[in-house]
Amino acid sequence: MNLESKCIQIRKDILFEIGTLGVGHIGGSLSIVELLVVLYNKHMNIEPKNPQLAGRDRLIVSKGHSGPAVYAVLCDMGYFPKSWLETLNKPGTNLPSHCDMKRTPGIDMTTGSLGQGFSCAVGIAKASKLKNDGATIYTIIGDGESQEGQIWEAAMFASHHKLNNLIAFTDYNKLQLDGYIEDICSISPLDKKWESFGWKVINVKNGNCCKEIDEAIIEAKIASKPTMIILNTVKGYGIGFAENAKTANHSMTITQEMFEEGLKELEEKL
Amino acid sequence: MEMRKLLASELEKEMKKNENIVVLNADLARPNGFENLSINYPERVINVGIAEQNMACIAAGMSSYGFIPFICTFTPFATRRICDQIAISICYADQNVKIIGTDPGISAEFNGGTHMSVEDIGVLRSIPNIVIFEPVDNIQLKNMLPRIIDYKGPIYIRMFRKQTGAIFTESDKFDLFKCKLIKEGTDLTIFCSGIMVEESVKAGKILEKQGIKAEVVNVHTIKPIDKETIIKSVEKTGAAIVAENHNVIGGLYSAVAEVTCENCPVPIKAVGIQDRFGQVGKIPYLKSVYNMHSIDIIRAAREIITLN
Repeated sequence: MNLESKCIQIRKDILFEIGTLGVGHIGGSLSIVELLVVLYNKHMNIEPKNPQLAGRDRLIVSKGHSGPAVYAVLCDMGYFPKSWLETLNKPGTNLPSHCDMKRTPGIDMTTGSLGQGFSCAVGIAKASKLKNDGATIYTIIGDGESQEGQIWEAAMFASHHKLNNLIAFTDYNKLQLDGYIEDICSISPLDKKWESFGWKVINVKNGNCCKEIDEAIIEAKIASKPTMIILNTVKGYGIGFAENAKTANHSMTITQEMFEEGLKELEEKL
Repeated sequence: MEMRKLLASELEKEMKKNENIVVLNADLARPNGFENLSINYPERVINVGIAEQNMACIAAGMSSYGFIPFICTFTPFATRRICDQIAISICYADQNVKIIGTDPGISAEFNGGTHMSVEDIGVLRSIPNIVIFEPVDNIQLKNMLPRIIDYKGPIYIRMFRKQTGAIFTESDKFDLFKCKLIKEGTDLTIFCSGIMVEESVKAGKILEKQGIKAEVVNVHTIKPIDKETIIKSVEKTGAAIVAENHNVIGGLYSAVAEVTCENCPVPIKAVGIQDRFGQVGKIPYLKSVYNMHSIDIIRAAREIITLN
C-alpha cells in the first residue's frame, strides 16, 4: 500500500474510533495523518513488539487531543490489536482521548495539558544527547498550543543546548477550539518567531502532502540545530463533513449518518 | 553545616555512584548551594534559566529516558507555580522526579510575602501519586537521601536551606514512611514538622516541668501520612497539637485531622500560619507575628488539656 492509500485507511480508522463513540477530537486528528504516516513508515527507528526499546526514536504528540490519530497509526504498525480502536474513550480503555504513556503501548509521553509535551520532548532530546544513543526525537505541537508560554521557554532551551536531534512540527491548520487563531491571538509570523529563537525552520506549503513532509524531515535530520517544520494543514482534512465544519470540528458529534457518509467518501478515494 | 551544603555534598556522593542522577536549577543554583556541583558535573547539572515550568517538564522527559532528575528552586516556584506540570507531566505520567523546594514558609525571611509558601503542602497534597517529605535537620536529610533516590516516583522535598538546630543524633534511625518518635508522653501528642520540631521539643520539655507529659512526634513525611503511628499515639494521649510552618489549612494539621477524625476523634489544635500571607522579617520575628513559638505550643497544649 502506498503512503497516500495508507493515509486514507488511517482516516477510516480514525472515523471508526470517533464515530463508534459518537463524539471526539476529529479535526486535529485528521490534520496530522500524513505526518504520522510518513514518520512511522519512513523515518522512525522503532520496534512495535518492543515499545520500550532503548535508544529508539520517540514521538511526543504535545497536542495530546490528537490521540485518535496516533492510535490509528500505532495500531497499523502493530503495537496493539485492531479491536482496541472501538474502545476509544470507553470505560477501562487503553485509548483515552489524550495520549497516555501509562496506558497505550507506543505512546512516549503523556500529554494533554498544552505546552507541557513539547517541553518534555526537549527534556527527552537532552537526555538522548547525554546518553549519546543517536536517537531522533520528534514532537508535534498545535498552532493554538503555540500560545502557551511554556512552548517558548522550551524553544529557548533547545536551541541553547543545540538539540539537533529534535525535530518539531507545528500543525498549522489556523484554527483553535474557539475560532480562527488570527481572530483570537495571532501567532504569526510563526516562521520568524522560531528562527529568532535559534531554530532551523522549514515551511511545508502543503502539510497534508506525504512527499513534502518526507523531504522536510530528510532536510531536518542533517541540521546543526533543532528544526521546526511548519506544516500548513487543513483541520479536518480528508473528510468532507469534518473539513466543512471548520471552527466546529475541534471536537464534534458524529451521527450515524455522518459516520456512514464519511466512510463512503473515504472508500471512494481508495 | 547549612542544609543546602549538606544536600549538595550528599548529592555529589550519590552522583558519583549513580550516573543517572541529574540536577536541574532555574537560576537559583547559587542560593541553593549547587555552585560546586555544577562545576564538578557540568553535563549533569543543568541550569534551565528562569523557566520553572520548562524545568519540571524537562525533568519529566529526562525521567522517561531513565534519568533521576532533581529539580530545585524556592518552594513557591517549585510548587504553586508549576502545579499543573507536577500534576500531569510528573505525577499523572508517574515520572521519577524529585522536587526540592527551599525556604518553605517563614524561612524565606527577607524575600518576604511573594516568596513565602504557606500553601505548598496543601497544593501538592491533593495531587495523587506524590510523596511529601520535610526534613528536620542534616542528620535526617542525609539518612533519607539514599532512600529518596531508591524510591521510584515523584517526591517533594520541602527543605530549609540554612543552619538548623540539632534535633537528631547519628544513632537515630528513620523510615521514610514512618513518623519519628522524639519524646514519649501520655497527656497529649505534639505532631510537628520542619522548623517547628525544635519549638515542639522545647515546648515538650517545659510542659514536662509543669507536670504535663507531651509526646512529641515528627511527621517528616506528610504524604503518605503514617496513620498507624498517629492513631496509636492519640489513642494513648487523647489530644493533639499540630505545629507546622505552613497555613493551618491544607498542611500537616489538616492531614493529621483527617486521620484522627476518621479513626480516633480527639481534640486537636493547630499552631501555624492562620490563613495569612507572609511578610519580610527574620524567623524569630515572624514566629512572633504568626504565633509559632514554643510558648504558643505550650498555650495550645494547656488549653486542649483543659478541654479534655
